[in-house]
Amino acid sequence: MRKKIQATDLMNRIMADYFYGLNEAATSGRQKVAWCTSVGPAELLRAMGFAVQFPENHAAILGATRMATDLIPVANAIGYSPDICSYLTSDIGAYLKGITPLSRAYPGIESVPRPDVLVFNTNQCRDVQDWFAWYARKLGVPCIGISSPKSIGEVTDAHIDDVAGQIKALIPTLEMISGSRLDLDRLRETVALSRECTELWRQVLETATASPAPLTFFDGTIHMGPAVVLRGTPEAVDYYKVLLSELEQRVAAGDGAVADEAVRIYWEGMPVWGRLRQHSELFAGIRTAVIASTYCSSWIFPAFDPREPIRSMAKAYLELFIVRSDPYKERYIKGMLAKFNIDGIIYHDAKTCPCNSNSRYGLPQRLEAETGIPSLVISGDLNDLRCVSDEQTRTNVEAFIEQLEEGK
Amino acid sequence: MSTQLFVGLDMGASRTKVAVLDGAGRLVGHAVKKSGIDFSVTAAACLDASLEMAGASRADIVRAVATGYGRANVAFVTSESKTEIGCLAKGCHHYFPEAITIIDIGGQDNKIIKLDAPGRRSSFKMNRKCAAGTGAFLEEMAGRLDISLEEMNDMARQSTEMIKLGSYCTVFSATEVLESIRNGKKVADIVKGLFYSVIKRVLEMDSITDRVVMTGGVVAHNPYIVEMTGEMIGRPVLVPELPQLAGAVGAALYALYGKDEG
Ligand code: SF4
Repeated sequence: MRKKIQATDLMNRIMADYFYGLNEAATSGRQKVAWCTSVGPAELLRAMGFAVQFPENHAAILGATRMATDLIPVANAIGYSPDICSYLTSDIGAYLKGITPLSRAYPGIESVPRPDVLVFNTNQCRDVQDWFAWYARKLGVPCIGISSPKSIGEVTDAHIDDVAGQIKALIPTLEMISGSRLDLDRLRETVALSRECTELWRQVLETATASPAPLTFFDGTIHMGPAVVLRGTPEAVDYYKVLLSELEQRVAAGDGAVADEAVRIYWEGMPVWGRLRQHSELFAGIRTAVIASTYCSSWIFPAFDPREPIRSMAKAYLELFIVRSDPYKERYIKGMLAKFNIDGIIYHDAKTCPCNSNSRYGLPQRLEAETGIPSLVISGDLNDLRCVSDEQTRTNVEAFIEQLEEGK
Repeated sequence: MSTQLFVGLDMGASRTKVAVLDGAGRLVGHAVKKSGIDFSVTAAACLDASLEMAGASRADIVRAVATGYGRANVAFVTSESKTEIGCLAKGCHHYFPEAITIIDIGGQDNKIIKLDAPGRRSSFKMNRKCAAGTGAFLEEMAGRLDISLEEMNDMARQSTEMIKLGSYCTVFSATEVLESIRNGKKVADIVKGLFYSVIKRVLEMDSITDRVVMTGGVVAHNPYIVEMTGEMIGRPVLVPELPQLAGAVGAALYALYGKDEG
């Protein structure tokens, strides 16, 4: 049995404080609440004094608590197809049913904090805009955002000018809602904290270059919580210092997440939230460590620069893996395979998230031809367990690991 | 006389297959039965039938390896298991020791497995979560046409004008079949169209290499599918002697040669 990551308790406290803080903001009205997409302009919102809620985080909790599959049909029934983002459908389903996993986890919280403004960035997909637009109609709150360029090869000044301009254009509306002017120094501080947070998060993930790796992809999906919801705050920075030092000690002690690690896997795509534990056990049971992923690494933003807060935010949001062209993605993954000394890649083809399913345009075949590193595609979904076959996943994974071991 | 036997149990979702090898790797006993709902009972029946054929008893089993969907249900014989992908590869390489692409069409799923000349797997694909291209699809359609599964092979052979189905969805295909019946099309032509659809679905899963081997229950019962595949890919297709047993034979080979043998 592996030793628990000690920092988990601290993380749970930080996350609880975050959710209670949001709840307090929404119920007392003392602080305005903004909803933001995961790589939307959270730095700006935070610097302007908003309490920031991330609906994708809420949806991931719906997935992890396996509530999602019962809620998705509620949204399907009002016209949101089972083929579109199951974060969207489960979150809207939960709202329509008047339930949230937050009230189970955090006594006293009755509902998701009501937004005063909804702020999206379509860098990841179009679904986020449709998702927020639904709430805008339902709650009668403004919905503003950034329409991002997509499939970007090199990020150019033209791209950055475009997005920086769009970020600036949000400011007057946000000032009106918050009732105060943007303080540029505060924005610089926030961007500096975001930078520091993501830098520490990178170091945390890179501890897995050690063999055996001290943490897995499945641990990463949990421990990335503060990097997702508290980017731009000192709490997140402090947390990752603690986590990093623990993981470094584990590396020094040769303490692996999978103690008898024999095979090292890269995970491309989203987690199956409702199967985190099963998947973690499935791999550990066959001496396999899933040690690196595009998904967890997507919260590393080297571009943030307090000297140029808005332009660097634009650059960071544009450099994100999901907004990039396939040649860029191939180079990126290739670099990761080398850095983490990977034996094989597993692509999760998530039925309802085409943007995070990079197995649909021949990328695995190209990358395999180039690197010789074998790959496997498994069908599933992030939240909709109706799209998941446990038996097929197990057989595929076991056969793949057999193949890798026999080829060694 | 006591013999040394090596057993492979392939517990498929639809059929259970057992192969018994002697110490020289010769197939001395085998059996196939419907898996039904009690996998352990079926496994025991299959095992005993195979042993009877081999003129042996359970005491002669040196080692056994299980594979397939229900592999956990044969704990009374063995706790050793290998995936069906690994066993199919092993079984086919035994019959055809060269670089091959294996196409397995089973009751519930399809597989395409590529091997290099020494028998190492370079890739594999299993079908997605639907019946398209599987035995389950043919079973469903046989029901619609009110014919038995066993009749399909001979019927397809008699077709003079194949009806092509356009959809890969089983429900949509059923609608197309019903429409063909309404339009007075011959059942034989529809059945050949169903075979064609199964082959198309499988060939869509992955690219194939030069030498193609076909296995699985659907192949065993419908040799015409093999002929049609050969015509479609423009070269003859190889088939092991007992195509439904390839996985069970592979499992038995793992039992015989041990886990680490390549
Ligand atoms: S990237 Fe995928 S999971 Fe995330 S919001 Fe968009 S469609 Fe949903």
